[in-house]
Amino acid sequence: MFRLEQVAVRYGAVEALAPTDLTVALRETLLLLGPSGSGKTTLLRTLAGLTPFTGTLTFAGQPVRAWRELREKLGYVIQDGGLFPHLTARANVALAGEAFGWDEARIAARIEELAALVGLDAAQLARFPAELSGGQRQRVGLMRALLRDPAVLLFDEALSALDPVTRLRLAGELRDLIAQLGKTVAMVTHSLREAKFFGGRVALMDGGRIVQAGSLGDLEAHPASDFVRDFIAAEEAL
Amino acid sequence: MKWLCALLLLVCTGHANAETVGSKAFTEGVILGEVAKQALERAGVPATHRRELGGSRILWDALRAKSIDVYPEYTGTLRFELLAAQHLPDGAALARALAGQGLAMSRPLGFSDSYALAMRGDRAQALGIATISDLARHPELAVGLSNEFVDRKDGWPALAGAYGLAALKVRGIDHDLAYRALNARQIDVTDAYTTDAEIAAYGLTVLADDRAFFPHYDAVFVYRRDFDPRAVAALDRLAGTIDEAKMRRLNAMVRMDGKTEAEAARLALGDDAPAARAGPSLSKRLLERTREHLLLVALALSAAIIVALPLGIIAARRRRVGALVLAVTGILQTIPSLALFVVLIPLLGIGAAPTIAALFLYSLLPIVRNTHAGLTGIAPALLDSADALGLTRAQRLRRIELPLALPTILAGVRTAAVIAVGLATLGAIVGAGGYGQPILTGIRLNSTALILEGAVPAALLALLIDGLFTLIERAAVPKGLRR
Repeated sequence: MFRLEQVAVRYGAVEALAPTDLTVALRETLLLLGPSGSGKTTLLRTLAGLTPFTGTLTFAGQPVRAWRELREKLGYVIQDGGLFPHLTARANVALAGEAFGWDEARIAARIEELAALVGLDAAQLARFPAELSGGQRQRVGLMRALLRDPAVLLFDEALSALDPVTRLRLAGELRDLIAQLGKTVAMVTHSLREAKFFGGRVALMDGGRIVQAGSLGDLEAHPASDFVRDFIAAEEAL
Repeated sequence: MKWLCALLLLVCTGHANAETVGSKAFTEGVILGEVAKQALERAGVPATHRRELGGSRILWDALRAKSIDVYPEYTGTLRFELLAAQHLPDGAALARALAGQGLAMSRPLGFSDSYALAMRGDRAQALGIATISDLARHPELAVGLSNEFVDRKDGWPALAGAYGLAALKVRGIDHDLAYRALNARQIDVTDAYTTDAEIAAYGLTVLADDRAFFPHYDAVFVYRRDFDPRAVAALDRLAGTIDEAKMRRLNAMVRMDGKTEAEAARLALGDDAPAARAGPSLSKRLLERTREHLLLVALALSAAIIVALPLGIIAARRRRVGALVLAVTGILQTIPSLALFVVLIPLLGIGAAPTIAALFLYSLLPIVRNTHAGLTGIAPALLDSADALGLTRAQRLRRIELPLALPTILAGVRTAAVIAVGLATLGAIVGAGGYGQPILTGIRLNSTALILEGAVPAALLALLIDGLFTLIERAAVPKGLRR
């Protein structure tokens, strides 16, 4: 689905992402794992065209030229949902359709489907983000990302602002949803356990580069470096 | 900008075909302005009087900018201030210099408003003093002079030299207090202007300047050479009709007896039956000034919003342009308001136009700065979310950024509006009307009641507008952003 060739990101003198080659296959779940500052969020933002980069990014076999076309097929969810505080939950979700000229009826019908899918009712959708719980906000964020039925979902620590009980429930629902909908997923997490929960291929990052990619089993059995072994050991110990 | 100018023209040109008389913001100037207006009307030339337009420089610029057609001035002011660079030796040279600027002056009215020395009439008579030379025979006299007169090179030091008065003891005293000190016999001699109302009121004697030390400040009317010939003839007919004593009485009528300048002018023109036409009532005056004041603020503020909002948006988008825009609007804010009003006259004439322009310039900074701050203060994660949703730049600005910045932007507009209501009172100096007019007249006539007639409504209007913005914020700010 995505192919990165020598994709790199610099902020002034800081190399946030070293030249990176990476492929994300169709319907694959890729987990970007690593300590803070390792470049995993930068890599995810690059996939959504949210940061200038050098190198070549290919999407569905075509080099990306117009980001708006790509974004139509993307859903992007960040911590706490990334909701706009001045819009109601429903308006937040509807915006994803309005951005591409959907008419009201189409948006309303789609919101009804998705509300059932994520378990929100009309009263909750009429509220402003500040009037919702963290879990509800995250569900609204997910609805917004799913509105256009995108091929790709990008999650940036989407569950980390939640309390453990809500997080576990939402993570379970999300895992089922991904399996059910058959999306290509890239997910940033700093927790090995979260990565294990979702399964899929892991790219472990450090210092702006991918130090090892593969299944978790691979990484545990054949760590490519001391860093990989230490990271996994530390995550499992604590 | 073009439509704004057109609108201003529409607002400001109430009397397109009448000749416009201007006058400075002091009593004698306003009386003479009224004299000119009435003289013109009696000659069949329609005339309006724009009274109390600040000082000489404002009137001079307004005359040359064709905002006014004529105003009363003094030959000394023309020679030593307005045309000082040309070092004009006499009246003939002055007339030639004026002609060189496309201007001309009427024949002198008959009095000179210049420095003089004055004594109590009874004291002068008892000592047999009639001229300044006579003072040299009385070194025992106590002389109290205004500080300015003591300090001026062409003041006391030169005068004492010319008349041999070095033996007299001199102390500095506030000019207004000097008359009271003279009256209480604490001093014997003070400096005065030859037409001060107090000279008549306190029964003072002006000592003759027998060695012609003081330069003449003869009152004349200055006009452009395209002035209506009938009007020129009417003004020339006034030559020699007002001497110092008469001007003193006219000043006293207004400053001490509470008569209007129009009544004084009618007396100057030879009518003794004062026409009993009362001015508009307090409520009518207030209504008219509120209309003028609101118009100034509303036009300036709307223009400022139209310009400042896009500037603030650009400033937030491009850091370097932003720094420049904020610096320039910041510098505009540091220009002293009085200076800005006056500097704009050669460009925009007098009246509402320069006032609106000045208020507009002062309103830019709060709006630009708050628009910039509101937009740059939005959490980057929200902008990422907006971009990832696929919103175009225009959609993002309209649907996300402006609503999120709205509370801050409104706060900037609110600041600008409240400042503009206060600053607009200064517009009276350049003839814009509004609440500043009674304040200006009140300062001139030392009338607290008149000052309050302008200051109280101005303060109330500022509070009202502040309150109005509370309501606007309540209505306009999205519910999710309210605390």
